Amino acid sequence: MAERRTALYEEHVAGKARMVPFANYAMPLNYGSQIAEHREVRGSTGMFDVSHMTITDLSGEGARGLLARVFANDVGKAAPGRAVYGVMLNESGGIIDDILLYGRGSGYRVVSNAATRDKVLDWLRVHAADFGVGVHERRDLALVAVQGPTALRTFSAATSMDVDDLGTFAVRERNGWMVARTGYTGEDGVEVALPGDQAPALWRQLADAGATPAGLAARDTLRLEAGLLLYGQDMDETTSPLESNLGWTVAWNPPERGFVGRELLARQRSQGPQRVLRGVVLAARGVIRHGQRVDTNAGDGTVTSGIFSPTLGYSIGFARVPHGATGDCLIEIRGARIPGRIVRPPFVRHGRQVFK
Amino acid sequence: MNDVTSDTPTEMPDDVRYAPSHEWARIDDDLVTVGISDFAQQSLGDVVYVELPQVGDEVGAGTEACVVESVKAAADVYAPVSGTVVAVNEMLEEAPEMVNQDPYGDGWFFKVEPTDIEELDELLDADGYEQHCESEDDED
Repeated sequence: MAERRTALYEEHVAGKARMVPFANYAMPLNYGSQIAEHREVRGSTGMFDVSHMTITDLSGEGARGLLARVFANDVGKAAPGRAVYGVMLNESGGIIDDILLYGRGSGYRVVSNAATRDKVLDWLRVHAADFGVGVHERRDLALVAVQGPTALRTFSAATSMDVDDLGTFAVRERNGWMVARTGYTGEDGVEVALPGDQAPALWRQLADAGATPAGLAARDTLRLEAGLLLYGQDMDETTSPLESNLGWTVAWNPPERGFVGRELLARQRSQGPQRVLRGVVLAARGVIRHGQRVDTNAGDGTVTSGIFSPTLGYSIGFARVPHGATGDCLIEIRGARIPGRIVRPPFVRHGRQVFK
Repeated sequence: MNDVTSDTPTEMPDDVRYAPSHEWARIDDDLVTVGISDFAQQSLGDVVYVELPQVGDEVGAGTEACVVESVKAAADVYAPVSGTVVAVNEMLEEAPEMVNQDPYGDGWFFKVEPTDIEELDELLDADGYEQHCESEDDED
């Protein structure tokens, strides 16, 4: 089966992208050098086509009630014009997906992952029936992330849409575009949902204004440096938010709100999770990779994501380790045990090292 | 990958021979210089470390001689011919990106004094290697 193409496919090909299959889409891995693209995002402005992500609109008066049930964070934080990050849980407290929830004048918009599309839509539809909510996937929309210290200026210059006064996690809608001051790179910036047929023009205008196209590979190193998790790799349906460094996205109040997964999550919270997600940094040469074993003071753990950090110049990653693991560790890389250290993510914010 | 392939042209010079595992070998003054192909460096993406063999190491054709790590993946590099390592490209310690920038020149890995120069004949020429790469693309 041929992969789906986003509205920006032709732009990627014209930009000499290395296209790879990703979650049923043909997506740009890089446009030559992922490290160069990473540095553009840390230093000026990069732009990403993230149209493969699943955009779903929820309509109807019951939408708030539906989200209070299926979203572990506080739906109240997604007031009209506001966005909030959080997770959807299964009955066992495992993560079905991590999402951005946008509050709109009427209803809500959910942006979830590409690889989880079918199960998220099914989950929303199953529960929507109880609340009389319409679930509308928006495959007509493209999604472009403009990220970097100069991203707001670049975006304003490209579109004549002033976003300087847009607060963090604020959302503005105009002429069918939704612009939010959100992102997944650890830099300032906006994410823009717009009709797919208008996306190529925006892409070219952004390029003319100085934005550099960046691919999935750079997105991965940027999000990891920023301490942000990748669904399917760092978390999945067998791990809870408490085991994934995402306890802060769970709204426990009001106590009577019975969101899906609450019961088991509350039990885990009172007993304390046995495993947690931590950052690891490598003290020697080599690169931490998914699946490697980590030997800690509290027992064995496993690397969930690892990269060579272009900003720091050495390897960093996430590992799921026993609760209480701290300090020095050994990471098994191709048979050798390489010294490393357990740290608290994030690793990099606004271009600088932030962990201790 | 079918219709989803890179439009980036891949360089395959005629003056080297290729192993199916994407190393190249160039004979020069009875020594064989070894590196990885342009196709290989494009597949790996940005190279961040090269773990070179040591001078004096004995290597066997088709066996692991060193490791190249990119941001994306680690890959074994196989010796295309058997022999003794007589030189390694120490520049790669400081500038691993040479593997991406100049895979057939400054991005070389090591030089071997071959025990059996006829092993080179078993490697692919540029045409054979091009066909090999196309068939690998189709398998994806």
